[in-house]
Amino acid sequence: MLQDKDRIFTNLYGHHDWRLAGARARGDWDNTKAILDRGPEGIIDEMKKSGLRGRGGAGFPTGMKWSFMPKKSDGRPSYLVVNADEGEPGTCKDRDMMRHDPHKLIEGCLVAGFAMRAVAAYIYIRGEFYREAEHLEYAIAEAYQAGLIGKNACGSGYDFDVYVHRGAGAYICGEETALIESLEGKKGQPRLKPPFPANVGVWGCPTTVNNVESIAVAPTILRRGGDWFAGIGRPNNTGTKVFCISGHVNKPCNVEEEMGIPLKELIEKHAGGVIGGWDNLLAIIPGGSSVPLLPKSICDDVLMDFDSLRAVRSGLGTAAVIVMNKDTDLVRAIARLSKFYMHESCGQCTPCREGTGWMWRVMERMAVGRAEKREIDMLLEVTYQIEGHTICALGDAAAWPIQGLFRHFRPEVERRIDAYHGAAAQAAE
Amino acid sequence: MPTLTVDGIQVTVEPGSTVLQACEAAGKEIPRFCYHERLSIAGNCRMCLVEQEKAPKPIASCAMPAADNMVIKTDTPLVKKARKGVMEFLLINHPLDCPICDQGGECDLQDQAVGYGLDHSRYDENKRAVQDKYMGPLIKTIMTRCIHCTRCVRFAAEVAGTPEIGAVFRGEDMQITTYLEHAVTTEMAGNLVDVCPVGALTSAPYAFHARPWELRKTESVDAMDAVGSNIRVDARGTEVMRVLPRTNDNVNEEWINDKTRYAVDGLKRRRLDRPYVRRDGRLQPASWEEALQTVAARIQGLKGDEIAAIAGDLACVESMAALKDLFGTLGSANLDCRQDGSRIDPAQRAGWLFNSTIAGIEQADAILLIGTNPRHEATLVNTRLRKRYLHGNVAIALVGEGVDLTYPYEHLGNDAALVQAIADGSHPFAATLKNAQRPMLIIGQAALTRPDGAALQAAARALADNCGLVKDGWNGFNVLHDAAARVGGLEIGFVPGEGGRDVAGILDGARSGAVKLVYLLGADEIDTAGLGEAFVVYQGSHGDKGAHRADVVLPGAAYTEKDAIWVNLEGRVQLGRRAAPPPGEAREDWAIIRALSGAVGQVLPYDDQRSLRRRILEIAPHLAAVDQVTPAAWTPFGTAGQVAATPFTPRFADFWLTNPIARASATMAKLSAMFGKKGEEKATGTHG
Repeated sequence: MLQDKDRIFTNLYGHHDWRLAGARARGDWDNTKAILDRGPEGIIDEMKKSGLRGRGGAGFPTGMKWSFMPKKSDGRPSYLVVNADEGEPGTCKDRDMMRHDPHKLIEGCLVAGFAMRAVAAYIYIRGEFYREAEHLEYAIAEAYQAGLIGKNACGSGYDFDVYVHRGAGAYICGEETALIESLEGKKGQPRLKPPFPANVGVWGCPTTVNNVESIAVAPTILRRGGDWFAGIGRPNNTGTKVFCISGHVNKPCNVEEEMGIPLKELIEKHAGGVIGGWDNLLAIIPGGSSVPLLPKSICDDVLMDFDSLRAVRSGLGTAAVIVMNKDTDLVRAIARLSKFYMHESCGQCTPCREGTGWMWRVMERMAVGRAEKREIDMLLEVTYQIEGHTICALGDAAAWPIQGLFRHFRPEVERRIDAYHGAAAQAAE
Repeated sequence: MPTLTVDGIQVTVEPGSTVLQACEAAGKEIPRFCYHERLSIAGNCRMCLVEQEKAPKPIASCAMPAADNMVIKTDTPLVKKARKGVMEFLLINHPLDCPICDQGGECDLQDQAVGYGLDHSRYDENKRAVQDKYMGPLIKTIMTRCIHCTRCVRFAAEVAGTPEIGAVFRGEDMQITTYLEHAVTTEMAGNLVDVCPVGALTSAPYAFHARPWELRKTESVDAMDAVGSNIRVDARGTEVMRVLPRTNDNVNEEWINDKTRYAVDGLKRRRLDRPYVRRDGRLQPASWEEALQTVAARIQGLKGDEIAAIAGDLACVESMAALKDLFGTLGSANLDCRQDGSRIDPAQRAGWLFNSTIAGIEQADAILLIGTNPRHEATLVNTRLRKRYLHGNVAIALVGEGVDLTYPYEHLGNDAALVQAIADGSHPFAATLKNAQRPMLIIGQAALTRPDGAALQAAARALADNCGLVKDGWNGFNVLHDAAARVGGLEIGFVPGEGGRDVAGILDGARSGAVKLVYLLGADEIDTAGLGEAFVVYQGSHGDKGAHRADVVLPGAAYTEKDAIWVNLEGRVQLGRRAAPPPGEAREDWAIIRALSGAVGQVLPYDDQRSLRRRILEIAPHLAAVDQVTPAAWTPFGTAGQVAATPFTPRFADFWLTNPIARASATMAKLSAMFGKKGEEKATGTHG
């Protein structure tokens, strides 16, 4: 379990001042110049040493991602884009970070931007995060005024700007290339890769898109050292992570914890346990709505990190733990998620555009049992027809919850179908 | 040159090629919907997925650059399953209305469904229905059929340069629509129908007219402008049903403009289908014998300088050559093919050709347009200019009326004197041309038909010499013609001979009574009032201005109804082919002139088209090189003179109605009402 001295987000709950003075008191902006003096290579090496993996869901090593940026400009400027379009159902960590600790993110923008030789950072914030955008704007103004960013940021001689761009509330704009399109003022639709953003990103310039949390933890990692961060958690799954626990728990919360903490411990210790007790647990979605759910039998002893969850065919995703106890109509819950993905599909590529609606319609019928058993296999086949065949990962995200449901709860759906047909037969007599 | 392996076959492809192109090079067919080789890559249909060794997922071959040592597999179970899956998704919301769909029989979706689809549907839900959109009078939309490949969006934005089509809404509600449901304002709208792989966008004038398998397809050449777009004429029985583009990278790539495509309904209206002779002040039906004897009787009483011939915009090389020979034997030098009164110097080929060639535009790095609106005068040339602009690093400037050319350009002003200023180096654009590697100028007929047209041609020539437009392997002097007949007429010398009269001279002579007989070979765009008391013979296909004034009407064939030689503005010789017979008693034009020669007792020495063509090659041997351009030597031409410092006037009063066929076309009338001059004074509802 994480000790208080190792916490990065010390104002996650907003108990203290979120403005510059409060942030300074918590150690932010403390001699940032010294960090910058280590040079881009030094910063990237330290980040690599920390083993930090991207906190937006895919878990790509952050230091390596930064190192893909061109070392020498070919005339085009480089940009850092911060993905604050936190839209994954169940996830609410970035919001609290920006609301209560905006300076962590801004300082992170500076060091990350400096490391990748970017001239500016664009924070693309979800449109619904109105107060959070206000806080960010306020904090940015403070930082400019204090000379922390802008011309000669922190006295380092490096010029760096930070902008906030508000989105308009499309889930797909959290996909990095769709975010770039949206930032450019176009319809938010993912781009084809290659070329990757590190080559051709915002306005055709080299760009790195990082999650809020990945950027916000960077200054602390650089202050305390990559070895400190790597010492927390498990190999290849290092550091601390903010978990968002919601659903059928007594005290839903955001909490920063060690990577690799047992799921059961996380819930019992921080969220006050499952409503009705651990034995009342039905299933948990461990990483935001797009990862497959886990039944109680797996939840009993699974560890919360990238590799452990992958081993049980789920994923850490954004570490948004959605707890469902036995009061839950699981089929309806997954059907609701299918509706979400149908609604949020951008419509650009065929499998996702056509498949998400199909899946939702079948799921709706299955939720009441108005289906044939053979349709279960057909539905699964449809999910496999979508998965891996789309431009971005939204297709996968739409397919996985359904696959997870049938992997672990197929008998429940079959029971429902039988019950429906039984009732229908009875009514016919 | 990346070398990769496709299904065990090693292929080497051009750098910058995609995996899809590599697969094709290896002889593997890759199904696709959104991919179009002349449009940007969208990668959204996902039909072209292939397996790449060591890649975690199948890759979209249309979007993936081919790289060295890639190992691609196109026939694995994974690939087959992926294609089947995508096909099923495309079909679940696609209506099963092929029997009433105009795309039926030439539909990419239909064809590929046979190859990659399931034999039954597993989709038990309700299908999506989408409201149809308005895209103008040429495009019929049935948007429920749309598969969202976005080819139309990309075509409008990239090739046409009118970014008016886009997608609204998202997910399965995504819809393709035009901006505020206005008609697309491009002259290339018909190509949207071609790029649409399904029946969402179909041709409105052709709706429910024919099925592709009923049509007789004839490869021919367009005559609506001087580009000589390669077309395929589809006819059923004696009726031309539609015109489609044929791919020719040197000319029209694979596009045609809307006049080329849709003016063909004019071939059925106002046709001259029998000879007429004016009696008692009225044109009355006559037999061929009667009509030819009437003409012959008039000609025989006249001296050579009392007769004259003018060739119109739709005359083929054969008919002009035969008419020239006939007038030669009659001792007349009063011939002109420049019915628009162009003062172009006919002596030297380099002086009236588009010397850089259309494809050559892509190499130009500085382009000066003089007195021309290529968007209307030669739409496909304009499309090439836009393509060149999209490629970047080109300076384009215009001297003339500032109009929307679909690409930005520097508007130097609308003053003919600027041409001389650039020629003598006093205008800054001269330096741009001089510094360019491949500079070119394009001078249009709006300049050359001015009273000082000859001086302008000479000034342009001086500009070309002074600014280095002509150099080794590059001739940047270009004349933009807009009539299909013009270059052919100039090639065979259908121009005033020694002491002969040009068009203005002929009309003067007719007015004064010096010219007593005028033979109009499809010439409708002249001032017929100027024909005075002259006896007028009109040979042509349509009852237009010329026929109205005529004393004898000899019904000829339209461009789709005869085998003919056409020479486009580059000097490219192309063969038009007969797709349908001429209506009624109308005949192929050269045969009419040959018959007339017999009637006047000066039998022309050819009995069939083959011997006529041999005669043409005696006059202009370089016309033997079919589909080729014979470059012109940079010999002196033009007569220097004073250029008046006055603005250029637009070439066409109405782009849609420039020739007799277009004027007979109901579709062109619709377009004219919408976009043409009349459109500007559109009824408002409260207009009185």
